Amino acid sequence: MNWTELDTWIVITGILICMACALPGAFLLLNRQSMLGDGISHAVLPGLAIAFLVTQSRDLLPMVIGAIIAGVVTAVLTQLVQRLGQVENGAALGVVFCGLFATGLILIRVASDKVDLDADCVLYGSIETAVVDVGRIPRVAWVSGGLLLANGLLTALFYKELRLAAFDPALATTLGFNANAIRLGLTLAASVTTVLAFESVGSILVIAMLVVPAAAASMLTHRLHWLLILSLGFAACSAVLGHVAAITLPGWIGNRIGHPGLNATSSAAMMAVVAGALFFLAWCLSRFLHRSAPKAPGNQPATSAVRTA
Amino acid sequence: MNPARLLAILFLLITLGVGGQTPRALAAEPSHTSKRSLTETGIEWPTQEKLWRTVSLADYNTRVVFGGVTALGAAGGLVGTFLLLRKRSLLSDTVSHCTLPGIAIAFLVSEALGFKDRSLPLLLLGAAVTGILGMASVAAIRARSHLKDDAALAIVLSVFFGLGIALMVVIQQLPTGNAAGLSHFIYGKAASMTAGDAQLILYASLAIAFACGALFKEFKMLCFDTAFAHAQGWPVLTLDLALMGLVVAVTVIGLQAVGLLLVVALLIIPAAAARFWSHRLGITLLLATGIGAVSGLVGVIASALFPRLPAGAVIVLAAVFCFAVSFVFGAERGLFRHWLEQRRVGRSVARQHLLRALYEWCERSPRSGKVEPPAQLLDRPVPLEALRTDNHWPESRLRSLLRLGRSEGLLSTDPAGNHAHLTARGKIEARRATRNHRLWETYLLRYADVAPQHIHHNADQIEHVIDPNIVNELEELLAGRDDVLLVPADPEQPQAQGTAGGLAS
Repeated sequence: MNWTELDTWIVITGILICMACALPGAFLLLNRQSMLGDGISHAVLPGLAIAFLVTQSRDLLPMVIGAIIAGVVTAVLTQLVQRLGQVENGAALGVVFCGLFATGLILIRVASDKVDLDADCVLYGSIETAVVDVGRIPRVAWVSGGLLLANGLLTALFYKELRLAAFDPALATTLGFNANAIRLGLTLAASVTTVLAFESVGSILVIAMLVVPAAAASMLTHRLHWLLILSLGFAACSAVLGHVAAITLPGWIGNRIGHPGLNATSSAAMMAVVAGALFFLAWCLSRFLHRSAPKAPGNQPATSAVRTA
Repeated sequence: MNPARLLAILFLLITLGVGGQTPRALAAEPSHTSKRSLTETGIEWPTQEKLWRTVSLADYNTRVVFGGVTALGAAGGLVGTFLLLRKRSLLSDTVSHCTLPGIAIAFLVSEALGFKDRSLPLLLLGAAVTGILGMASVAAIRARSHLKDDAALAIVLSVFFGLGIALMVVIQQLPTGNAAGLSHFIYGKAASMTAGDAQLILYASLAIAFACGALFKEFKMLCFDTAFAHAQGWPVLTLDLALMGLVVAVTVIGLQAVGLLLVVALLIIPAAAARFWSHRLGITLLLATGIGAVSGLVGVIASALFPRLPAGAVIVLAAVFCFAVSFVFGAERGLFRHWLEQRRVGRSVARQHLLRALYEWCERSPRSGKVEPPAQLLDRPVPLEALRTDNHWPESRLRSLLRLGRSEGLLSTDPAGNHAHLTARGKIEARRATRNHRLWETYLLRYADVAPQHIHHNADQIEHVIDPNIVNELEELLAGRDDVLLVPADPEQPQAQGTAGGLAS
């Protein structure tokens, strides 16, 4: 294993982007909207394709605008189908994102005559190629740093509102906060994060980072601020360990199956896998702690949701 | 007829139809598929001859793909309906993503064992194994932690898919990896389906349909009343697992045709569309099966006509189109039906409000000087301005109410537009509406212990929805007079109580 400057940048970018996704992800988890990341990452495809068709280029700005519009359309359409058609939440999301994704695939096929574009490069944008940049600091590092900063600021500013809307939407509404508006704002923030992040590092890492670190953290704590802090920690750990695993494991496996000299695999994908492993560890730990902890009368049962501070 | 049996027969017919074609097709000349040059661009409209050849399934390839994809769509609709009713639609999304590491591992294993070609059954076996593993992980997270369904699904989906992608990147570095065409499993390639693939899909669909038919009653109970099924001693967990097993089966056979990113659409969309048409499980199942099959059919024809379009995406869009049509025009839950229903209820409520307002005006402002027999109470013209101000109606509301009343022949307005007259029918209806309202108010006051200031609102909520047959029955019991309906005094007015002033004698 030889570590280069490129590896450092991959890890730094990975940490930033994983942490940026983990923040809104924690609130999505509490709002039971975890599958939204998956839905949006499929559904933005037509937005990207239309942006390509309109501008005939792969500039960042129109692409991001198109994707954000598609993300919002997904959220709104899902709500519409769910409310007007009385379709169950999951099925509504499924219908909407499948339809949009299929539209996107067709548009891309049509657009590919004019622009060099295929679904793979949109869906599996890779962190390795993104950090190769002419400048000192890669653009993707700026984007992910900015995202983390923005999400951190938003969380700090609306901490109280987000907490209220997540735990007791009815109370939030009676207190004069519009719980639906707060949730819509969260959905928006998650869409923008998803789009900006997966444009640079690929969708799979984003879907994983929106839910897995928060889920792992929720195994270990019942307090919201600890949940957020632990999520950020898990996200950063996944990024570091994921990249290390990506550059070491393939060679090791390759030697076992008789193909020595295999190169690194996708870092983004391995970060997702490592996050899953960390989740599993946290899960086991929580089971272990819960079993060994003496049960005081009146204690919250194990199935209780995360409590507010 | 038993819906389960109907389903089994339907599937038998589909299979016989397509299976019967296959031997004949095998004897036929494989058609010449012209190789398109790489420089050719744009969507090109097919010639009439080609259109006819495609629609009549003259080409062998089209027939094979048609059989496979139609059967797949039908099986997806069937299993998807149970999945939808079990409120687990997105599980199919997770399962389909979970198959990717299985495909990759199966390929690596076959590579390690020294197989030269990729063998489809082995890859599909691998897909099934990790699909089941993913499903089991979801079940374990749900059962053994506080996390909810959505979180469990998202975690398993992203981690397994991440593993799959990581393995795929490794495989692409292998000397044989690029030729393996494993990426077809992600986006699907219906056009490259062979007769063997189509037969595999057919037999698997048949087995799935058979399983659904055999377990129809059990699945029905599982979907509609899990607690009851549990209390009755049914093995709920095993049944759930059986249903999930069927989901894995559909996903695995669909991988080749439409790809793992879109096979989930075949499990969700036809079922969701069929739900708009019926409340009966058997009919919903038949419809979902049909919608799935038709989507497959349309997708195959469209992608045969326009070879540049990805078949999987066209199939999904056809299904989405069916969904949109059902969403708007569905006979049970469609928007249009809903709108008509709301309009009907709105009109009937508005009509009753108008009639009661007229009646109450007449009652409140008796003709001075003489005692009025109740039969003539409603003979007088009602000044519209008084009607409007008494009820706090805006001008527009009054106009629309009067229009409604005129169109139903309940009242007439004088040419100057200042007064309204109730017609003979209007009088009867006005008495009936007021009477219903007051009977309910009286009931609520006497027997339901509702505070007097609340009864008006409560009665208003209930009187509009009560079935006229019930009112008729009650009236027969009350043995009312034929000529004039009995209208009790307004129980909201304390002084009116007990005087029976409004009662016809």
